[in-house]
Amino acid sequence: MLTLPAEIRDAIVAHAKRDHPDEACGVVAGPEGSDTPTRHIEMINAAGSPTFYEFDSGELLDLYKQMWDNDEEPIVIYHSHTATEAYPSRTDIGLANEPGAHYVLVSTREVGNSPGPVELRSYRILDGEVTEEPITIS
Amino acid sequence: MSVEVKIPTILRTYTGGEKAVGAEGATLSAVIDNLEANHPGIKERLIDGGELRRFVNVYVNDEDVRFLGSLETTVADGDQIVILPAVAGG
Repeated sequence: MLTLPAEIRDAIVAHAKRDHPDEACGVVAGPEGSDTPTRHIEMINAAGSPTFYEFDSGELLDLYKQMWDNDEEPIVIYHSHTATEAYPSRTDIGLANEPGAHYVLVSTREVGNSPGPVELRSYRILDGEVTEEPITIS
Repeated sequence: MSVEVKIPTILRTYTGGEKAVGAEGATLSAVIDNLEANHPGIKERLIDGGELRRFVNVYVNDEDVRFLGSLETTVADGDQIVILPAVAGG
């Protein structure tokens, strides 16, 4: 199960809507071993694409160095799908390399940049196996 | 040349859980061969067909080696090498 503070959920959704029709991506870091997401970091989608995302390599290193300094780890790794449902694609599964992270997907296909509810779901992805999990908003 | 290599979570199964390990080599390629000698299996996760895998990032002293010499990047004593899997998907 993922427990996500409401303000971080709202910030992720706002980011996804703002970047639509391109995919948005980012991380919520938290204290190592806590499974508690506390610090939301929007990342640049270096691919700038409606069908692909990739963290910029320089930003990725800066992010990890900050997390190491703070004894943090990536609790949530999120990205948006802008034309399909909020379910991991084959590419998402193949490239999921943080075994401890909750992979959160947001779909903006219904609302685009407009107000309104979006689909937001969370998964564990381990060794190519996807398991959806409930989200509790705190 | 003796360097420190930071290992990402996903590859720590090869290093007995260690977050950083020492390695020797004058180029990134040699460092990876030395890693392989001590942590068998790790090289295949980094290199494919003689090239660095597309979704693995390696940094020498904070520079992405794709902007240096890729596998031929020279390393000096005390250099810091960081391996990070790309965070990417579709």
